[in-house]
Amino acid sequence: MKLITHNMLSSKTIKGVVYGYPLIIRASQVLTKDVDFNPEFIQRMIPKLDWSALKFAAKCVGHEEDLPDEPPANMADEDVLKRIHHVVMEVDVVDGFLECPETKRQFPITNGIPNMLLNENDV
Amino acid sequence: MKLRQLEAHLQEVQGFQEPKVALEQYVTPAHIAAHLLHAAHVQYGDVERKTVADLGCGCGVLALGAAMLGAAAVTGFDIDGAALAVCQENLSEFELPCIELVQTDVLQLLTDAGTRWRNHFDTVILNPPFGTKNNQGTDLKFLEVAGALTQGAVYSLHKSSTRKHVIRKASTLGLAGEVVAELRYDLPKTYAFHKKTSVDVQVDFIRFTHKNS
Ligand SMILES: C[S@@+](CC[C@H](N)C(=O)[O-])C[C@H]1O[C@@H](n2cnc3c(N)ncnc32)[C@H](O)[C@@H]1O
Repeated sequence: MKLITHNMLSSKTIKGVVYGYPLIIRASQVLTKDVDFNPEFIQRMIPKLDWSALKFAAKCVGHEEDLPDEPPANMADEDVLKRIHHVVMEVDVVDGFLECPETKRQFPITNGIPNMLLNENDV
Repeated sequence: MKLRQLEAHLQEVQGFQEPKVALEQYVTPAHIAAHLLHAAHVQYGDVERKTVADLGCGCGVLALGAAMLGAAAVTGFDIDGAALAVCQENLSEFELPCIELVQTDVLQLLTDAGTRWRNHFDTVILNPPFGTKNNQGTDLKFLEVAGALTQGAVYSLHKSSTRKHVIRKASTLGLAGEVVAELRYDLPKTYAFHKKTSVDVQVDFIRFTHKNS
């Protein structure tokens, strides 16, 4: 699970949960994979990202310093775009859990795949 | 990438190990998948450099094909962990790291009104479960989710015999459907409720766009 995906996930579907966002990442294995840098894609994604959730996710997996504190004002700065690309596309949570910030319900991440399925008690 | 080349690659994709009938798990045949994706790419420019969702991605034929045609990022959603495990193997085999997988009930994506996936994607592709005798219209529920996840185009497969109904229902969802191709689909007999070992089903490959755009 890349951090760009984490940015989209919430536990709001659980009964009684108000925000369910951002989910806490409890990682037991994190890898970095090479992904082709596509500046135009990163530029397009930046406005869609919840920056504070991204900062939080990066912190959970120990990549906080790689990320600027604010979304970049200058979208043409390749250096900054590359750093963002690295954090959102290349950092990969392979194993661990996502945890609902309100109920502490855990969603397993296995083999890089978060399992967001709810059971009967959740709905 | 040439159509023939794409089809050849997709033929190498590993399929379901123990397909679950209730989830309508069968792989979109490589020639159909390739044709569908190639049309979306060449005729409409909806794949290259786009963000793409694959709803009910199964072993990932459509997601992989989209990535091969240059999609910037692809997210595959499926309810079944076993299918996703095969899909994950396929991703590593083809070395396509821009594909992400999420295990979830696609229909659940819609219940959360605040879902951040809403309008997230440029393009959504799907070969939805058609729905069986007891739960008809699953494909239309999937279509509704697809329409919510993008302001762009949705590519989907539906039984030709239900075309009128599909187009009408899509229209009430704000989607205009255009049949891009009619295909013959060799459905395993388990899914066709038929005595022969397999049976040809006529399938429409439909491109939907939002009427307001
Ligand atoms: C017809 S298969 C298509 C598989 C794959 N997309 C392909 O083209 O080869 C339908 C897929 O939808 C999945 N599925 C069925 N019901 C689902 C649901 N409610 N939510 C998510 N996926 C579902 C099945 O596990 C299966 O992989």
